Amino acid sequence: MHEMGIAASVVDIVRQYVTDAQAPLVRRVHVRVGELAGVQTESLAFCFEAIVAGTALQGAALDIEHVPAVRACRGCGERFGDGAFLAICPACGSGEVPFVSGSELTVSELELDDEVETPVDDVGQVAGAR
Amino acid sequence: MSVVTIERKVLEKNDALAAQNRLRFRDRGLFVFNLVSSPGSGKTSLLEQTIVELRDRLRLGVIEGDVQTDLDAQRVARYGVPVVQVVTNGSCHLEAQLVQNAADQLDLDGLDVLVIENVGNLVCPANFDLGEALKVVVLSTTEGDDKPLKYPAMFRNASVLVVNKIDLLPYVPCDIEALKRNARQINPDLVIFETSCTSREGIPAWSDWIIQQAAAAHA
Repeated sequence: MHEMGIAASVVDIVRQYVTDAQAPLVRRVHVRVGELAGVQTESLAFCFEAIVAGTALQGAALDIEHVPAVRACRGCGERFGDGAFLAICPACGSGEVPFVSGSELTVSELELDDEVETPVDDVGQVAGAR
Repeated sequence: MSVVTIERKVLEKNDALAAQNRLRFRDRGLFVFNLVSSPGSGKTSLLEQTIVELRDRLRLGVIEGDVQTDLDAQRVARYGVPVVQVVTNGSCHLEAQLVQNAADQLDLDGLDVLVIENVGNLVCPANFDLGEALKVVVLSTTEGDDKPLKYPAMFRNASVLVVNKIDLLPYVPCDIEALKRNARQINPDLVIFETSCTSREGIPAWSDWIIQQAAAAHA
């Protein structure tokens, strides 16, 4: 249960971007969470909402994209996802089947409301920053 | 409305600190491994027996991670090795910053091997790089042979599996061949040792592997 720390890192990244770019108000935060990232997404959404409450990011939607774990066989090129933890190629039986996706944990996009400025405090930080 | 692409890794802070730690360890030719397992599998006992086996041959140091207490650091300190206790106060895993702080309290130049004993937890420590060369996962026979399938991330991210408490095999329903087969299904590259900290069976073979790794890191 470390989603609170993950959510805090997401919020830190958004705040830093908005502060540096003097960006307008954030309406949506798009994150990509891989199946292998060890993150429970319901818990992440709950923690995100709790952290942004009372800050300039309050009300921003957290949009979570699930990225499935996929392996690709080095022998025959077969790509497979189901039961991706089992390291055996269903097509040729090879054990050389590294993951090609599933470890993602990124803040990939922000949707900004160009009509509304982000409230900042007297030192130019996004209001409510920790 | 406008959309900007920022593509930032959520764990970038931890990853950057882990990279700093790794560089610091590499510069000194120090072999560092991250010892992970569920609570009670025998990480600290394995460490004690490893110290007994190696203390005349290698200079070992230990970072102990626990949710609470310095009981493990006290146990390890009895063997005369430098040890720093990290108390996470509820956090379920160690992070690179905690390891950096702990490493500051050790004389790294006076060590050949640094062992980071993580918080007992077969889930979360799998996803946090600390700057170690590799992860060693300990699984005891009392936990059951199905654990690699139930907690795959840890076995996927580890390079070595130590099957501990093999002296208890006659008394517990654990099929060690099935255990190893399950682990290799998840990670075919796992190097596997079998140990007992009571009979000391397997401790010399495991310790020899550490000597080889330390020599390679030093070269």
